[in-house]
Amino acid sequence: MTVLDLTLAIFAVSAVAGFVGSLTGLGGGVVLVPVLTLAFGIDVHYAMGASLVSVIATSSGSAAAYVREGFSNIRVAMFLEIATSLGAIVGATLVAIVPTAAIAVIFGLVLLYSAYETVQSHKHTTVTESDGLCKRLNLGSDYPEDGQLVKYGVVNAPAGFAVMGIAGVLSGLLGIGSGAVKVIAMDRIMKLPFKVSTTTSNFMIGVTAAASAGVYLSRGYIDPGLAMPVMLGVLGGSLVGSRLLVAAKVNILRTIFAIVISALAVEMLIQGLRGGIK
Amino acid sequence: MSTFQEEKIQTQNIIGRMLQIGVFLSSIFVLVGGVAYLMRHGSELPNYKHFAGEPPQLKSLRPIVSDAAGRSTRALIQFGLLLLIATPFARVVFSVVTFARERDRLYVVFTSIVLLLLIFSFFGSNGT
Repeated sequence: MTVLDLTLAIFAVSAVAGFVGSLTGLGGGVVLVPVLTLAFGIDVHYAMGASLVSVIATSSGSAAAYVREGFSNIRVAMFLEIATSLGAIVGATLVAIVPTAAIAVIFGLVLLYSAYETVQSHKHTTVTESDGLCKRLNLGSDYPEDGQLVKYGVVNAPAGFAVMGIAGVLSGLLGIGSGAVKVIAMDRIMKLPFKVSTTTSNFMIGVTAAASAGVYLSRGYIDPGLAMPVMLGVLGGSLVGSRLLVAAKVNILRTIFAIVISALAVEMLIQGLRGGIK
Repeated sequence: MSTFQEEKIQTQNIIGRMLQIGVFLSSIFVLVGGVAYLMRHGSELPNYKHFAGEPPQLKSLRPIVSDAAGRSTRALIQFGLLLLIATPFARVVFSVVTFARERDRLYVVFTSIVLLLLIFSFFGSNGT
């Protein structure tokens, strides 16, 4: 396989990952590292570097649309980004210390969790009044719905902040956006409305990944020849995906995607435990 | 709608536009660099199986910028990727300014901390 063949194959796979990721709202990043390492035999460090770059591309690309619709909560994002950026730098620095087999195993577990989250449905509760600390942090806001502004409150800032720190570490350690963990912190702990938490999380993923990217770049994990088809593929795929409204079939797609993620998770775990990923 | 609301919407419009332009510019550089790279190196054999790390000139800002202006197609792609990484950077800088204009001291502090962390990630971590 020449550089050209490999580039085209990786571009195609990345485009599919970006497309499905944007249709299901799960982001394509989480499947890229396992696919690149397991199917293409690419070293996990290079795979993580390319994946991280594509995470920034999809975050910034789709955040552009969300931010203008007024759903993102910039204050919540900025407050929590302190935790995620710090976590991301720690996680990215740990890559050089943690054995590759352990990274593969952690990756497998995160994938399994993402798959579980995908098919799980939760009762969503929101609050109208912020608690004391969140009031002082001025985190409550409003979002547009049917031409009116709906006000909402925010609670449990310290717990949300802590979970965001973990999301940051995972993002830096694995080269992913860790959107699934971010949504737990905002949806379930801080009780943000669904639309606000998903768009704010997506918006934050770019900053978190940029914090890891500095470390990745200086350690030589970002290879231009590999990151190029991954970034262009994922970005192209997600742009097409975000323009298609196939709401009716999203549930089936989510289930299929969850099965794919689980299969990749099991393979990552097996390879990690056997020492197959170096 | 109050002027505060209008200003909030205007700010968000600017952030959205900024992110779009950043992603677009970066994709152009990556695409042009990528096509040139494939024309020059497309028939070679890839070597991604074993991690060796990138050469020093692809690991920090200054050589990437100067090589991208020169003849290195890989540096040109890397420059595009740097632009991409810069989009969230620009957004944080913009937020510091916005909160400062709103005289929201607490959030000027928060956004400045995020900015310092990003700067640290780029300049504080020396490659090993």
